Amino acid sequence: MRMIRGIVLSISALGLLVGSAAAQERMQLKIGTEGAYPPFNNLTADGKLEGFDIDIARALCEEMNADCEFVTQEWDGIIPALQAGRFDAIIASMSITDERREQVDFTEKYYNTPPAVVVPKDSDIESASVEALAGRSIGAQAATTHANFAEVTFVESDVRVYPTAEEYKLDMANGRLDAVVDDVIVLQEWLDTPDGECCKVLDTLSPVEEIHGEGIGIAVRKGEDELREKFNAAIEAIRENGTYKEINDKYFSFDAYGE
Amino acid sequence: MSQSHGTTETRALPPAQPVRRWTPAKLLGVTLLGVWFLLALGVLLFLVNSWNPELFRRYAPEYLSGLWITLQLVGLSFLVGGVLSIPIAIGRRSTNRIVAAFSYGYVYFFRGTPLLAQTFLVYYGLGSFRPQFEAVGLWWFFREAWYCALFAFSLNTSAYQAEILRGAVDTIRYGQWEAAAALGLSRLQTLRKIILPQALLVALRPYGNELILLLKGSAIVAIITVYDLMGETRRAYARTFDFQTYIWAAFIYLSVVEVLRIATDRIERRLTRHLHR
Repeated sequence: MRMIRGIVLSISALGLLVGSAAAQERMQLKIGTEGAYPPFNNLTADGKLEGFDIDIARALCEEMNADCEFVTQEWDGIIPALQAGRFDAIIASMSITDERREQVDFTEKYYNTPPAVVVPKDSDIESASVEALAGRSIGAQAATTHANFAEVTFVESDVRVYPTAEEYKLDMANGRLDAVVDDVIVLQEWLDTPDGECCKVLDTLSPVEEIHGEGIGIAVRKGEDELREKFNAAIEAIRENGTYKEINDKYFSFDAYGE
Repeated sequence: MSQSHGTTETRALPPAQPVRRWTPAKLLGVTLLGVWFLLALGVLLFLVNSWNPELFRRYAPEYLSGLWITLQLVGLSFLVGGVLSIPIAIGRRSTNRIVAAFSYGYVYFFRGTPLLAQTFLVYYGLGSFRPQFEAVGLWWFFREAWYCALFAFSLNTSAYQAEILRGAVDTIRYGQWEAAAALGLSRLQTLRKIILPQALLVALRPYGNELILLLKGSAIVAIITVYDLMGETRRAYARTFDFQTYIWAAFIYLSVVEVLRIATDRIERRLTRHLHR
C-alpha cells in the first residue's frame, strides 16, 4: 500500500511541476473537435482541419495567449473523451443543452443558427410540418439536438440516425430518405456542392429552447471555471475587435451569432 | 485410520498430499484473479450505486426491442447463411476448377474483410445503384437497412459456415465413401446417412462459435440505422451520458452468449451419448 501511495504521490507531484512550468509560459490547450461537420469543422483531403469552429478556436486561442492543439474525436464519444482528459475543451458546434450541462460546463454561445429540413428537389412534401412528414423517413445525425428534435417532434415519421452527417447525405443521394434535419448552414453548405444537387431546403424550423438549447457553446470539464471565463472573455473580445466578423464573413452572408 | 484395523496392513496408504508451495506462477495467478474479482465487484457496486429506476423504466423497453432486433437478425442470417453455405462447401470440394476457384474466392473475400466494411459496402455501395435495382425490381429489398444488414450478414456467415462444413466433412475418412459405394449407396445417400451424422458432430462446436461471433459482430449494424441492442444502447447513452447503459448492454450480450454456450453443451452431450461409457 505504502509503495502505491508513494508512486501516486510522486506522479501527482510531477504533474504539478509540469503544470506550473507550463503556466509560466503560454497556456497549453488541447481542443477536441469532430472533423466531419462542414462548414464548421471538417478534415480536408490532406488531413487538415478547417471550418468556422476551427477558425474561431484559433482566434480564441490567440486572444487567450494560448498554444492550441486540435484532437479529432467521434461525435458520440466526445463528451466522455473530454471528461477523460483527452482534451481540455470541445469546440465542435455543440449546442448548450440541459442534458449536456449535467456532464460539462459551457461558455456563452459563440453562434446560433436555426435547424432546417432538406428534401429532394422533386419531392411532393409540401411543408416541414408533422402531418406533411408523417410516414416518411427522416435522417439526422446520432446524438445531436437535431436527432432528438426529430425523434420528439416527428413522431409519425420514421426517424433514422446516422453516425456522421456524411452518411445521411449518402443515403439522401441514394434515395432512401425523404427528408433530412440538421443545422441550416451545414445543409446549405452541402447543397452548394455537386453532391447536394439532388436536394433543396424545404424550410427552416424555429428552434425549441428545451431541445436545441440557447446556442452553440464551448464545453469544458465541470468546475474548470477559470478556463471557461477565459473563453468567455475571449469570445467577447473577438466579437468586439472585429475578428469574429472577419471569420463570419468568410463563411456566411449573415451574422451567425444570432441576436 | 487404517492402523486401527489389523487386517488392512496390505492396503496401501493414500499417497501423501503434495506440498502446495507458493510458486511465483501461483502467486501471479492468484493476484490476477484477485484483480479481476475486485474489478467485477467494482462494476457490481457501481451498478448498485447508480441504480436508477427512472432510467430503467425509460429505457428497458427500448433495450428489449433492440435485443429482439439483434436476435432476429442474427438468427435469420445464421439460417440463411447455413443454407447458402451448402453449395459453397460443395463447391470448395469440387473437382471442377472453375467452381472450386469461385468458392475459394468467395470464402477468401468474406473471411478476409471486416464485417463492418461488408455491411457498409452493401448498404451505401449497392445503394448508389438505385436506378439499376429499380429496373430489375429489387430496390424494395435494398432500400431497407434491415434487409441490407440481413443480406450482408448472411453472405458473411455463409463463408465461415461453408468452411466449417467442408472441414467437418473432410474429417471423415475417404474409405467410408468407398465402402458406401461398394454397398451400392448413391453419393447423396452416403452424404446424408453416413457422412453428415458424423461430420455434424465435429462441426457442432465451430457452429456454436460462429453463432456467438456473429452475435457479437452484429453490434456494428447501428451504423446503417438498424436499432439493434447496441444501437439502442448508444442512443440511451447519448441522452443520459450514463456509463451504466453500456454495462447493461454488455450484461445482456453476455447472458445471450451464456445461453448459447449452455445450449451447445447440451446438444453435444445428447449427440455424443453413444461415446460416453
